[in-house]
Amino acid sequence: MIGNIAIVLFDGLAFGMLLFVLSVGLSVTLGLMNFINLAHGAFGMLGGYVAIVAMRQFGSPFLLALAAAFIVTALVSIVFERTLFRRLYRAGELNQVLFTIGLVFVSAAAATYVFGTGQQPIILPDWLRGSVDIGGTRFGIYRIFLIVMALIITALLVFGLERTRLGARIRASVDNQRAAQGLGLDVDKIFAITFAVGSGLAGLGGAMAIEIVGLDPSFGFHFLVYVLIIVAVGGLGSITGSFVGAALLGIGDVAGKYFVPEIGSFLIYLLLVAILLVRPMGLFGKR
Amino acid sequence: MTSPASAPSIAWLRRQSRWSVFEVVFWLATLLPFYFFPTYLPLASQVAITALFAISVDLILGYAGIITLGHAMFFGVGAYAAGILSARWGWGEPISGLLFAAGVAALVGFVASFLIVRVQHLALLMVTLGLGFLTLELANAMTWLTGGTDGLRGVSTWSIFNRYRFDLWGYTAYSYSLAVLFIGFLISRRIVNSSFGLSLRGIRENLRRMPAIGAEPRRHLRKIYTISAALAGVAGALLTQTTNTVVLDVMSFQRSADVVVMLILGGTGRLYGAIIGAVIFLLVRDQVAGLNPQYWYFWIGLLLMAVVLFMPRGILGGLTRLIGKRDA
Repeated sequence: MIGNIAIVLFDGLAFGMLLFVLSVGLSVTLGLMNFINLAHGAFGMLGGYVAIVAMRQFGSPFLLALAAAFIVTALVSIVFERTLFRRLYRAGELNQVLFTIGLVFVSAAAATYVFGTGQQPIILPDWLRGSVDIGGTRFGIYRIFLIVMALIITALLVFGLERTRLGARIRASVDNQRAAQGLGLDVDKIFAITFAVGSGLAGLGGAMAIEIVGLDPSFGFHFLVYVLIIVAVGGLGSITGSFVGAALLGIGDVAGKYFVPEIGSFLIYLLLVAILLVRPMGLFGKR
Repeated sequence: MTSPASAPSIAWLRRQSRWSVFEVVFWLATLLPFYFFPTYLPLASQVAITALFAISVDLILGYAGIITLGHAMFFGVGAYAAGILSARWGWGEPISGLLFAAGVAALVGFVASFLIVRVQHLALLMVTLGLGFLTLELANAMTWLTGGTDGLRGVSTWSIFNRYRFDLWGYTAYSYSLAVLFIGFLISRRIVNSSFGLSLRGIRENLRRMPAIGAEPRRHLRKIYTISAALAGVAGALLTQTTNTVVLDVMSFQRSADVVVMLILGGTGRLYGAIIGAVIFLLVRDQVAGLNPQYWYFWIGLLLMAVVLFMPRGILGGLTRLIGKRDA
């Protein structure tokens, strides 16, 4: 029983860390520009397909494929941001929601056209396969890898936001965009950079998710709900919030499906509604 | 209570609610399928049902400004209420079935409305989404009542007024759906052209300023949300009664999203926008899905993006602007 709980906690944490990488970018960009980007999951999907193509067509190693997923998604997202999204910053949330949902539809159809509807398998390098035995319980190496990656990313993000000049600018813009602009910060450019990094992280998350949840054209939709839950529960613009929200959701999801499979997903949504009613701005939200 | 409105404002409301020639022609046109496209009657009744659902969403989204991504929950509650009434309790009389479904959906809507008015922006979006998934999971888990993923079987709907049986070709189904749609439309039309409807638009435009002129936004919002839930429930019950089956799909997120898409295509904040949107969406889907079902959503997605960028007021809004008429 103890072993079961340990493995559920571990798997849940790994899943949560995956969700964290997928969602943290949306949290920051939402906090910064109030732009509800439902296509965030679609960027995750793009990252997944980039990794697949990099490994299959160009025979690149796994880690290089992950880097490619990050870079290509970031570049693509910056093109979208400069040409399309920026027109909608003042357009009202309904238009933002619809435009980005439209983008999810189109990207799902495009993925179907290029790759078909089937699941895309990924071949992990040997050093990430198998599991280690700790005290009689077997922990998957890939899941340990996920947790370590997420912790590194969190450390980099926190360091970047708290200790660098760009981070200070981003925080200033999140806190008060107008005042930041008045002080001479180029909020437009800051947002473009943040958006690219956030979407790139989604792409990275999408690539890392293939081994755990698979990859097919419905990825953008499927993970949209998870990502939105984390952002709403964690609070906008808060890395800590996303981290805690993602860990909670990951562990809750895995534990719910393991211990009470009939009502597992029901409990998740119940918790979501309850948290939002008590704290509409999320657990760590300020505004 | 509000004080009696002054004479000019009543006259203005009257003028707004006068029937125009376009409207009469439009409703006469809904009779065309009987004579010209009898093979499409089942599709036509689907369109009428969806249009009623779209109107119910328009009331809260277009007029009151509550963005919802989970309204299919009320459609589903109505569908299951009518289905369970017939399949589990053996009562298949259609009109009372509709009223029962409306009552159950209104009750659920009333309870939910207390949650809805507490939140805004992203949290509102997430609460509607969460409630939608919550009901879906609940319906899925309560297999003994709803039939779960297998769907609810054994629904049988009696003849309307003991006279008109539901026939195989859909004559009765379409007449029935159309009649209910028309009644639902009349009720909604009355609501949006009343002083209550005006307050809703005020809330949509500026929530904070409404209390300053003596209106209570939350009470208004709760009221319209409950009404909208009842209408959506009626639409769901119609679907149950005309198809004699309920599947889990009635509550799906897809349905919630589709109906918002229809509204945007047609134009929010105008009842005909909801109807036109439903007509275009379902007719085009019927045609395109036959060709390549996988890519149907590609075109819908592209259309959505184009509408948001170039026609923010929807197809009907774009047309009105082209004609140069002041919008109502």
